[in-house]
Amino acid sequence: MTAQTLTDTTATDSPLLELRGISKSFPGVRALDDVELTLHGGEVLGLIGENGAGKSTLMKILSGIHPPDAGRIAINGREVEILTPKAAETLGVTIIHQEFNLASDLSVAQNIFLGREPRSLGMFVSDATLNRRAAALLERVGVDLDPRTRVGDLTVAGQQMVEIAKALSVQSDILIMDEPTAALNDAEVAALHDIIRGFVSPTTGVIYISHRMEELKRITDRITVLRDGQYVGTVDTPDTELRTVIAMMVGREITAAQEPAPAHIDAAAPPALEVEGLSTKRLLREVSFSVRRGEILGFAGLMGAGRTEVARAVIGADPHTSGTIRLDGTPVRIASPAAAAAAGIGYLSEDRKHLGLLLDRSVADNIALSSLPRLSTAGFVRTGAIREAAHAAVDTLRIKTPSIGQQVKNLSGGNQQKVVIGKWLLHDSGVLIFDEPTRGIDVGAKEEIYALLQSLAEQGKAIIVISSELPEILRLCHRVAVMSEGRLAGTLDAAEASQESIMELATAHTQAIVHDTPQPTDTRDRGGPRHEHHDH
Amino acid sequence: MSTTTTETRAAGPAAPGEPPQGTGLLGRLRSSLQQMLAFVSLIVLFIFFTVANPDFASVSNISGILLATAVIGILALGTTFVIITGGIDLSIGTGMTLCSVMVGVFLTYWGLPLWVGVLGGIAFGALIGLVNGSVISFLGIPPFIATLAMMMVAQGLALVISGTKPIYFTETPGFFNVAMGRSIPGLVIPNAVIIMFIAAIIAWVLLSRTVFGRYTFSIGSNAEATALSGINVRRWQVIVYTVAGCFTGLAGVIMASRLSSAQPGQGMGYELEAIAAVIIGGTSLQGGKGSIIGTVIGALIMSVLTNGLQIMSIPQEWQKVVVGVVILIAVFVDMVRRKRQEST
Repeated sequence: MTAQTLTDTTATDSPLLELRGISKSFPGVRALDDVELTLHGGEVLGLIGENGAGKSTLMKILSGIHPPDAGRIAINGREVEILTPKAAETLGVTIIHQEFNLASDLSVAQNIFLGREPRSLGMFVSDATLNRRAAALLERVGVDLDPRTRVGDLTVAGQQMVEIAKALSVQSDILIMDEPTAALNDAEVAALHDIIRGFVSPTTGVIYISHRMEELKRITDRITVLRDGQYVGTVDTPDTELRTVIAMMVGREITAAQEPAPAHIDAAAPPALEVEGLSTKRLLREVSFSVRRGEILGFAGLMGAGRTEVARAVIGADPHTSGTIRLDGTPVRIASPAAAAAAGIGYLSEDRKHLGLLLDRSVADNIALSSLPRLSTAGFVRTGAIREAAHAAVDTLRIKTPSIGQQVKNLSGGNQQKVVIGKWLLHDSGVLIFDEPTRGIDVGAKEEIYALLQSLAEQGKAIIVISSELPEILRLCHRVAVMSEGRLAGTLDAAEASQESIMELATAHTQAIVHDTPQPTDTRDRGGPRHEHHDH
Repeated sequence: MSTTTTETRAAGPAAPGEPPQGTGLLGRLRSSLQQMLAFVSLIVLFIFFTVANPDFASVSNISGILLATAVIGILALGTTFVIITGGIDLSIGTGMTLCSVMVGVFLTYWGLPLWVGVLGGIAFGALIGLVNGSVISFLGIPPFIATLAMMMVAQGLALVISGTKPIYFTETPGFFNVAMGRSIPGLVIPNAVIIMFIAAIIAWVLLSRTVFGRYTFSIGSNAEATALSGINVRRWQVIVYTVAGCFTGLAGVIMASRLSSAQPGQGMGYELEAIAAVIIGGTSLQGGKGSIIGTVIGALIMSVLTNGLQIMSIPQEWQKVVVGVVILIAVFVDMVRRKRQEST
């Protein structure tokens, strides 16, 4: 890439996109304060900052959703105003949001040309034309995808590719990608990076927003850092240590302990949770594992390998066709999440907002939710007891909230996660299953969650951590179970576990972009609607 | 940090049961003002009609308004639970009629004692709710369709059982007094009104003080998260519809008593008036939000409007138009207020 020669912002011809002195306030919040950003033709610019740093406000300004209060936007040296999303499109600015804007029941081609269908006689749309043009675009993106596929049948990675093809179809010069790899596995990330490199030309550029440092290091030419709505600085990626970027972002250096804390395991006791030969109709095949009190067991694997499915089958959210589950050595039958909770297994979903929290209810209501029978007398809730329990949870977990009456949606991601943890601790669950415990959580708050998980293990909880982030698994877990294509590919001790050894097991089988359904007709016939959570 | 705005507010405990809106004195004041919006509208309407026609505020007219509120009000109380869970119950109107007919069967056909007839009517309402809830929870049929079907089934059954003719309570002359007697000496207000207020208090206790009420809110707020929190959502949903059915049954008893007969042909349309009262009272059709006090005020607004327009000699056809517009305004104001709250 040629960007290194251009990185001196004061020199050479006018940049592709230039923002100067951008400020934006909302009632009570100064979201952006004198922020600048420069994107040159031919470069990939990383944009990074903690949640609330102002990245999304900046994007909304660029996409014409909010007008800035002050500041100047110039494209190719020409000053512009972006007052509507339409204006952004006309100027060649396209944003691919973290949450896709795709209609899942339409085909790939129909989605790409949604609202801009090529028409004949002003009203007729031909699917054949649509498919042909979509196929040409997809080829440019370098994806082998049938334009007639229903978007809902694609994996997240496949949908990501459709979004990119859509962006290309409107001739955009400036492509802004918000956390494009949040749901992708390593192979898919590599493919995406290839596409980005293919897209970038002397007249086009990409702004790449991500929390994942390793990726920024790999794909970007420069990185701009925001903190609390202010511009902190821009660095050349090749000359910069990631540690420096993190320090810029959080305003201090974070030193991460690399080794998991030693396990406090009572070897004489039976495993707290023991799963043997767990299979489901759809994906899982003979999965067996166990976790002891005081131990943190990690579940690693690629997207779609069946990690979340294991958790959902164990807690009875999805039915399993065979397998035994033992708690403290006693076989149990768990037919529903209610039964799992009663048996002392808590599941903390990766999708906190949809599956973990009552967003418009209070902190106290959320913490008490699983334990109401205990906090009530003859069906009447004891508000005093609930308040007491909530205060205790807020204190011990150090949940930052103005009061226990605060609506959970007003808390930060890290504090929301703590509220969910508080709920299960109050319920006194012996086994806690964390699915992506730090997804969407600031770098600074992550460490706090890690420390919390470790102290829970020390207190004798049996903990399962499902994570896509290998550093997280390596940092926390005493043992790592690696899933691949619905099977347990192997279990590694902390000593043998490394990024390489885990990936080796995880990629034991290959993965296609379209969902692999081993016996398509078979599963269709028998399967009812399952996995509603995929819709979110 | 995303919490900067909220952290500046002073801490303060939220009122239990009510959705905590803001905290701190200012926030609490603002949120209680919003709660009072419907109440203030009721007062304004009342003053307006009194000025327009002083007869409006006469004791007999007010008593009439309250009596007219009783049946719709009791139906609305039950429906509040259902709507807070994010569901809907279209079967309450004809379900109420079926319950009336069943009271007629118990008392007139079978000659059972009065109290058995009353409790039987309520129990039959519970049975209708139980069927609704089971169909919704265990067969997975959406509430709108399940209760639409029940609406028709109940209407048909009421006609079949009664032979399409009214059933008169000839065996139990005292039945009329259940709704229309005056149990409190010196008070002109009939029993039906007192029963409605007692039902409202029971509903309020259920919603704000019990585990049942908490689950009602949490299912409406996020059913899947509630299920994953270890709550048997299906079972509680059945209970919610069953409880709502008890109120339907009670409304059926009151209706039959007021008319001294079970009229199998009526009932259709009551469900929509009850749902309108719930919505005017500030309960969200999306679920997760609502209050019993709001529903009572909503029901009162409906009957004050109808009665006031009648007293002003506005034709019945136009009354419907006004009520329709009021529903739109109520929901719109509520939406605007929520949006403003969310943007700060």
